[in-house]
This record gives sequence, structure tokens and C-alpha cells, in this order.
Amino acid sequence: MWRTVLRRVLIMIPQLILVSILIFMLAQLMPGDPFYGSLNPNSDPATIERMRHAAGLDLPWYQQYFKWVGNVLHGDLGTSYVVNKGWTVTRIISQRIWPTLSMGIIAAVLTYFLSITQALLAARHENKVIDRVLIVWNTMTSAVPSFVFYFVMMVLFVYIIPIFPSSGTGIDDTQNFSTNFFSNLKYAFLPALTIALFSTNSIFQYLRSNLLDQQAQDYVRTARAKGVQIKDVFRKHILRNAFLPIASGIGYSITGILGGAIFAETVFGYPGLGALFVQALSGRDYTVITALMLFQGVLALLGGLLSDIISAWVDPRVRVK
Amino acid sequence: MDGKLLEAKDVSVEFKIDGQYQTAIYKLDISIKRGEVVALVGESGSGKSTFAMSVMGLHNADQTRVTGSIKLNGDELIGLTERQFDTYRGVSVGMIFQDPLSSLNPLMKIGDQIAEAITIHDKQSKQVSQRVQKLISDVGIVDVQRVSQQYPHELSGGMRQRVMIAIALANEPDLIIADEPTTALDATIQAQILDLIKEIQVKKNAGILLITHDLGVVAEMADTVAVMYAGQIVEQARVDDLFNQPKHPYTRSLLRADPSEVNSGDELYAIPGTVPALKDMDHSKDLFLKRVPWLDIAEVEAQIDEKLQKISDQHYVRGDAWKNFEFLEDR
Repeated sequence: MWRTVLRRVLIMIPQLILVSILIFMLAQLMPGDPFYGSLNPNSDPATIERMRHAAGLDLPWYQQYFKWVGNVLHGDLGTSYVVNKGWTVTRIISQRIWPTLSMGIIAAVLTYFLSITQALLAARHENKVIDRVLIVWNTMTSAVPSFVFYFVMMVLFVYIIPIFPSSGTGIDDTQNFSTNFFSNLKYAFLPALTIALFSTNSIFQYLRSNLLDQQAQDYVRTARAKGVQIKDVFRKHILRNAFLPIASGIGYSITGILGGAIFAETVFGYPGLGALFVQALSGRDYTVITALMLFQGVLALLGGLLSDIISAWVDPRVRVK
Repeated sequence: MDGKLLEAKDVSVEFKIDGQYQTAIYKLDISIKRGEVVALVGESGSGKSTFAMSVMGLHNADQTRVTGSIKLNGDELIGLTERQFDTYRGVSVGMIFQDPLSSLNPLMKIGDQIAEAITIHDKQSKQVSQRVQKLISDVGIVDVQRVSQQYPHELSGGMRQRVMIAIALANEPDLIIADEPTTALDATIQAQILDLIKEIQVKKNAGILLITHDLGVVAEMADTVAVMYAGQIVEQARVDDLFNQPKHPYTRSLLRADPSEVNSGDELYAIPGTVPALKDMDHSKDLFLKRVPWLDIAEVEAQIDEKLQKISDQHYVRGDAWKNFEFLEDR
């Protein structure tokens, strides 16, 4: 088991290098530069040139890349030019990550809870009314753009039945969010619930068809031939086998939990990493954008690692001896 | 109880296909005594496994209709509820399936899968682990401790089938149904598994319903053979009689198509055509004759008696076609 993990971690090193190069090149391809939007259009071109030189933006791309990677390895992700001018990117991210984390965890737990419940219901009543209703519902929620539902939920639970705050975190400075983690959960709950309600489709469809698939397997017939009651066969044999692929997918939900939700955070005015990304993009805050993309890339790699560890843990056939 | 362990009379099985019931087995009679091995032989689609599933009560009740009478030790099985059936399954009847890899739960240790067969019927049992170990060693596995801690994918095909047999034997059933027990195994392992089944059958004096399309297995194992075609038995006899004096055209075709019976160099006989689809089965005729192209229409379409005819002691044949049937080459 540990050798499997070690091997996977080693494979991640070249992956990380590749991801960092790709991200850096994408950032280079973006039009303009950090000073483009933030300066007075009437500024003296010589001044801009001096500022570009001071920031090292006139160096060839590979020199800039190595400088950037060197700084990242030292924990220096640069300084924000636009969003929180003068702040280090590390400081911005470490503040914004708390709202994102609290919302992400609630959203992930609710998503799994809702989609698993729906899949179990649908599979137990295959082709009955409830099954059809759930399929239509899930297909619809995945077909309609998510922000449409966000506005609907906002109108419903903020104006018509005012039980949730409409936006924000209730504190002026997200710096205090970590200390007020639990008292701020009510701000996180509506966006999280909204995300969860309308993103059940993939897990629902997958688990439902897995359950139906597993019910037809030969080992189910063996269990029945032993004299095991149908409901016990379902509980002891079918469920675990059907959950395997879902369980290994849980690793990837880390990107959603820590990476932030772009649409939901923007619509609900929730100051997490997703909203930060939108702000940074529209302000062309290069250092913030590259840092966030790198963070997302690392999360995706970690998600893959986590998924592999979980599958090896739940499925004896995956373990490497 | 006249010594009959399993007595099936007039058993018909119908499947619901597109809202219509189609007959898969039509008025089948078969019986098994204690200590007797009865083989059910036929092509794929002849209804052998369907009958086995009826005895086990494992058909999907929404889509299947089983009529007639199946008595196990005198108790009627047809019409039982799922819960009532659960007290027979694994207790009075044990079943061995064809593919031992897919028939074992991939996520459960071997020992736990065998233990489940015991605890499900005997929740108080204290010696479960001893009984499991006894069962594992009874089926010829030497390394009992290690195997009981292993998962199915860690065992060879032969070992897995031994485990399946251990599960079927867990509660010392009176009747063992073996559905193609050696089809998925290597030829060398086949003989070992057959020996094991035979040995257990003799030791426990159990009855065996052996379902197979392998005539070699039949010759080695069976006391009585019933040949099935299109959901009916076309011929039933003691094993020697069947191999030495096959009567029904289908039986004779099967024996002629058996590769082990042909001298090398001879051309192997192939029965033309396939088993008819369920909706095309008209059980008032001898359905196999449709696959004998050299017979004239009148003979193929002739109505025949539903019941098997007794032609000698313990030898039964369906229809009259056998009386003057000849292969094309022999005419």
C-alpha cells in the first residue's frame, strides 16, 4: 500500500513541472500586462517601461519562468497589482481560502448525500414513477446553466422566505473568517445548498446505473442461493460494489472544496477563491491569476492521488503487493 | 415419500417478454432420488438453467410465471414467498454456478463468504469459524488459514470453484444443483472438480442435478440422463442406455456431434440450425425435427403426444420420429 502511494507521489513531480510551465505560458499569452489596466491612460510610456523593468516583465519568458518558479518554491507567489494592491498573493489566498473551505465542505457533503439518496431511491424503484422523476430532474439540473438556479434560490430563500442572508460573509474583513468559522456557516449554507441541489446529476446517474448493473451480477445470485434475503443482499453485497467507483471519485472533490466555486461565489457575493479568480481575471492581476491556476493544478494532482489511495483502500483488487 | 428427493411434475416456466408470456419450459417431469446423479443435457437455450433457477426460486417474480409442482422432500416449492424460499435455499438445496470468479463477491474474503452461508440460517452458531475451516479443507484446499483470508481474485479458477462448492455444501444440503460446474475451468482442473463433486455426493448421499452440455461429464458422473430440447425433455434413460442405445433424433445428433466420440480425421457432425426462439416454440410438435432438413414436411409438422413414451425400463422418448430416423449419410 505504501509503495503504491510513494510511486504515485513520485509520478506527480514531472506532472507538477509540466503544469507549472503550461500555466506560465498561458499567463504569458494573455493580452496586456498588469499595468495596462491599472494606470492612467495618459501615463508616460517611459514610466510604464520603467515599472515593467522593475517588475522583471521585460525579461525573456524562460528567465521570467525560472524566476517565478524559484520564488514559488520559496513560498513567494508575488504581490497583487490590482485586487488587493500591495498585498502578497499568499496573504490574499490564505484569507480567501477559509470562506471557500467552509462552503466547499458543506457543498461536497450535501452533494454526496443528495445524489446517493436519489440514486438509491431510483435504483430500488427502477422504471417506477419516482425513478423517472429523478432522472428527469437530474437531467434538467445538469442541462440548465447553474447560475439560473442560483438566482432562483436567492429569490426563494432571501426574498420570499427570508431565512438566509443574501450575500457576503457578515464581516467586513475576511481576515477574521477563520476565527469566526462556525458563526459564518449560515452565510456559507445557502450557496453550498444551491450548489449541491443542482450538481447531483453525475454521481446520481453513475451510482444508479452501477447499482442496477451490480444487481444483475453473478455474485448476487450466489448470495441469493445461500438464502440471503434480498434486502440483505442489497446492503451487504450490492452497495459496496456499486460504491467503488464513487468512492474513488471522492478524491477529486478536493478541487471543488478548496478550489472555490466561480459562479456560486460570484452570484452570492461570497468572498472565496472562486470570486477572487473572477476579480483577478477582470483586473488582469497576473500574479494572482497564475498563483490560483497553479493552486488549482496542484489540487487536481492531489485529487488524483487521493482517489488512487481511496480505491486501493476500498478495493482489494487495486492494491499492489 | 417413496424415496424421491426432488419431484418435478408438469413444470412450465414462462417469461414475460414485451408484455406477453412466452413458454421457456413446457410440462417438464423429472425426479431425483437420494444419492442419485441426474444430468440435464442440451444446447444453450434449451431451458436447463431455467429449470435449475425454478428449483432455487431465483427467477424474477415480476417477469416469470412458474406453474406445475416441484416437491423437495415432499414440500411444495412452487408458490412459496421469497421469505419462505429463503429457508430452503442454501439449506436443503445448494447450488454451484458456472463461472466461479463472477459468482463470488470480489470485495469479500473467502472465509467471510463461506461463513455467510452458515450464519444466515444459524445466527447463534458459535463454531462458525471452525465450520468454515472444516468446509475449506473438505473441498481439498490445503492452505486453509491463508485461503480464508484471501479475496477471490487471488485464487486460481479451480480453487474458486472449490470455494463455490464449499459454499453450496455449507449446510449439508440434500440436493446439490451444479450448473455447468466445469465449463469455465481448464481441462486438467475439470477432472479434479468432478472427482470432488462425486466424492462429496457419495459421502453425504446427496442427490445431484447436474446441468451440462458436456457429454464427457455426463458419462463420468450421471446415473440418469435427461436430454432437453426447446424447453422439453425429449429422452430420458439410464446413462448406459442413453449412450449405447440413443433413440430420439436429437440425442443421436448430439452424440454424433460429440468431438470425443469421433476418431481423428473423421468429419465432426454439426447439427444444422439453432434452437428456436421462445415465441416460435409450438410444443405440440417435435420441435427438433425442424432442424432435420431431409425429413418431409408432414413428418416435421406432425402432432405428437405430450407425454414421453416408455420404450423399456427407465427409458423414455418423446414422439415417434425416432422409430424410423436415419442420418442423411446413412440412408
